[in-house]
Amino acid sequence: MINAAGREIPASIEGYKEVVPYAGAFATQPPAGARKAGPKLKAVYPGANKLLNSIDEAIEACGLKDGMTISFHHHFRNGDHVMNMVIAAIARKGIKGLTLAPSSFLDTNDELIPYFQQGVLVAAETSGLRNKLGHFLTTNKIGKPTIIRTHGGRVRAIEAGELKIDVAFIGAPTCDTYGNINGVHGSAACGSLGYAMVDSRMADTVVAITDNLVDHPICPVSIPQYQVDYIVKVDCIGDPKGISTGALRVTTNPRDLHIAKLAAKVIEHAGYFKEGFGMQLGAGAASVATGKYLRDIMLRDKIVANFAIGGIVGPFCDLLDEGLIRTLFDVQSFDARTIQSLRDNPRHQEYDCTFYANPWNKGPMVNKLDYVVLGATEVDVNFNVNVMTDSNGIMMGALGGHPDASAGAKCTIICAPLLRGRLPMVTDAVQTVSTPGETVDVIVTDRGIAVNPKREDLLANLQGKGLPLMTIEQLRDMAYELGGKPAPLKMSDEIVAVVEYRDGTVLDVIRRPLL
Amino acid sequence: MIKERLRRSVMYAAGNNPGLLQNAGIYGADSVIFDVEDSVAVTEKDSARELVYHALKHLQFPCEIGVRINHISTPWGYDDLEYLLPAKPDYIRLPKGESGDEIRDIDKMITKVEEKCGFEPGSIKIMVSIETPKGLRNAYEIATASPRMIAIAIGGEDFAASLKTEKTKGNSITGGRELFVARSMLVFAAREAGIQAIDSVFSDLRDEETLINEVTMVKELGFDGKSCVNPRQIDIIHRVFTPSSQEIDYAHRVLTVYQEALANKSGVIALDGKMIDMPMVIRAERVLANARAAGIYHKEGN
Repeated sequence: MINAAGREIPASIEGYKEVVPYAGAFATQPPAGARKAGPKLKAVYPGANKLLNSIDEAIEACGLKDGMTISFHHHFRNGDHVMNMVIAAIARKGIKGLTLAPSSFLDTNDELIPYFQQGVLVAAETSGLRNKLGHFLTTNKIGKPTIIRTHGGRVRAIEAGELKIDVAFIGAPTCDTYGNINGVHGSAACGSLGYAMVDSRMADTVVAITDNLVDHPICPVSIPQYQVDYIVKVDCIGDPKGISTGALRVTTNPRDLHIAKLAAKVIEHAGYFKEGFGMQLGAGAASVATGKYLRDIMLRDKIVANFAIGGIVGPFCDLLDEGLIRTLFDVQSFDARTIQSLRDNPRHQEYDCTFYANPWNKGPMVNKLDYVVLGATEVDVNFNVNVMTDSNGIMMGALGGHPDASAGAKCTIICAPLLRGRLPMVTDAVQTVSTPGETVDVIVTDRGIAVNPKREDLLANLQGKGLPLMTIEQLRDMAYELGGKPAPLKMSDEIVAVVEYRDGTVLDVIRRPLL
Repeated sequence: MIKERLRRSVMYAAGNNPGLLQNAGIYGADSVIFDVEDSVAVTEKDSARELVYHALKHLQFPCEIGVRINHISTPWGYDDLEYLLPAKPDYIRLPKGESGDEIRDIDKMITKVEEKCGFEPGSIKIMVSIETPKGLRNAYEIATASPRMIAIAIGGEDFAASLKTEKTKGNSITGGRELFVARSMLVFAAREAGIQAIDSVFSDLRDEETLINEVTMVKELGFDGKSCVNPRQIDIIHRVFTPSSQEIDYAHRVLTVYQEALANKSGVIALDGKMIDMPMVIRAERVLANARAAGIYHKEGN
């Protein structure tokens, strides 16, 4: 059947729950009367000891068995040692058939490929896949298709009982002897623990793995003791160099800067640039650089943002310190500057992923956005965005909060170069729809800007402002003229991944390419 | 009236870098030069020439495109001309110009190609960079050696080296003194010949403050524009060359009374009790052209 994003979706997918096709950004509601899922009731009485001697002991203590689902957070990014370390220990114990459901994968998780090959892991549910693991899971059939969810969609799935986490292994930069955790102290400090907070609250069993075990209690507390079953001290949970680079620098790439300058002008004129506005800028080069140009406009017009959200980068903390943003909500801290700001500035708040982006709660922060500026691997004439698969159809990206923020914001701005190398980035149809075009308002490229025709209001506001406005078809034609129209990829019928929209419907499927 | 093309920024793009060539037009430079000279290694000369040829032939650019050839005294100069002229660049930029003969030589080659390819005669222009004291001594001769001449430019680093000193940076008092006379002499020659004067590149990309000072200084000296090697400098250069609202207002009034006088066939033109003569009209036109290019003056006509 064809879903509301125009994608051919099979009526059923082997190894996947009942297929509900995507019906529109806000069309699919929680079932009437449905209640939130929750972890098992447990009690820990005075005098109990949560400290265990090793990861092996913890695996035994939490009763991990074949077929269970385990989770991890990705706050340590490419510095993470926890996921690979724990899965190696699980494999040594001979446990098999596990579903691995981290908040995302990064390059460092390429080490997990053998465990998929050996059957220790048989399914993956994640926000993103990269590098060799992404290639492996696109080109090989494991037990079940990989489920790709947005950050908000993952929390929704957990709370709706669709993703049931048996054991969450939480890398804890600082943990006290009774299980209170924060991410702002310790050698593996990563700042916000926004994704881990959800897993700690919702998993049946929570194991904290730390290299900075301190006396009870700590301050501040991000994950409280009453959610944590066991604590294991290890030598090292993460490499600070891979977790964060000092302060993320605004790009010097002239093309990204050019796109950013145009995006800032779109923000200035689109109609929501007013005292007290709210924004999110993605972590891509052009999105971050948009903040640099927006700063000049905010200073000139004396306009202050009430809040900024999302993953947070250093340049945003500078805006907070300058008084150009009143408060930051931080689900993921991208550099050391941000970690320091979260630790030291009370107006820089840590918040969890349901607060950020869950479509099925009583109002995530994305709902209050005026603007979001995000990147794209490619976009198409229906304003659909792909951030998930490359030009060979291989998974190499992450949905992250992209579809969540796009759905929430009054004006969603997507930045992308018109060509990458010689490949057109505005096409007839994207390879994979990761964010539906109905939630995307403006495409900013280095050679022109297209406004979604359903947003006549934005178009009217942006006309006569010296912006290179054109139709999306004109952008596509220009891209094809310069780069040529690529031949369509040859795909098998075999579905290797399901791209869920944030409401749990099937937005698209990823088929194994015939390479 | 004389409509002069605006050349506030003249940006180089290395001819052997397809990514740069393809995107050279998107940054808003008034003029772009595809370079097959200094930024291209000897081993890459042929491939750069082919890339530049095909970029000129097949891509569309929103601005004027010139080609910096190797000097005609090098093994590549004439081959550059022969290969690249049929792709019809807007102008040829000659480095290290020292005599009018060089220009006349190039002019002849261009004329031949224009005839052969059926291009409009005189449509391909010439811009020359002055990099030596000899070139500077002959600057007026160079500037007037061909009707194709549109501008002379100073190659700052090379010129300083030929003076056995180095190019300094700093504000208009402490920096650039080594080029002060040369810059002014270049402007004199350009103005006498009735063509434009373009200043050399400022190479420290991170130092925006000194760049602003340097552009401000050369604007004061009379230069029409400045060369650059990175798109990040274009906005800064344009900002300095953008006239103030008072300047725009005055220029607008000058042109208005000038046109009224033309319409009334009146001989004497005055504004606020002051005589308006032709140089003031030309200056007013330049101010408004700059303002229009900067997007802060929208009236048509003037």
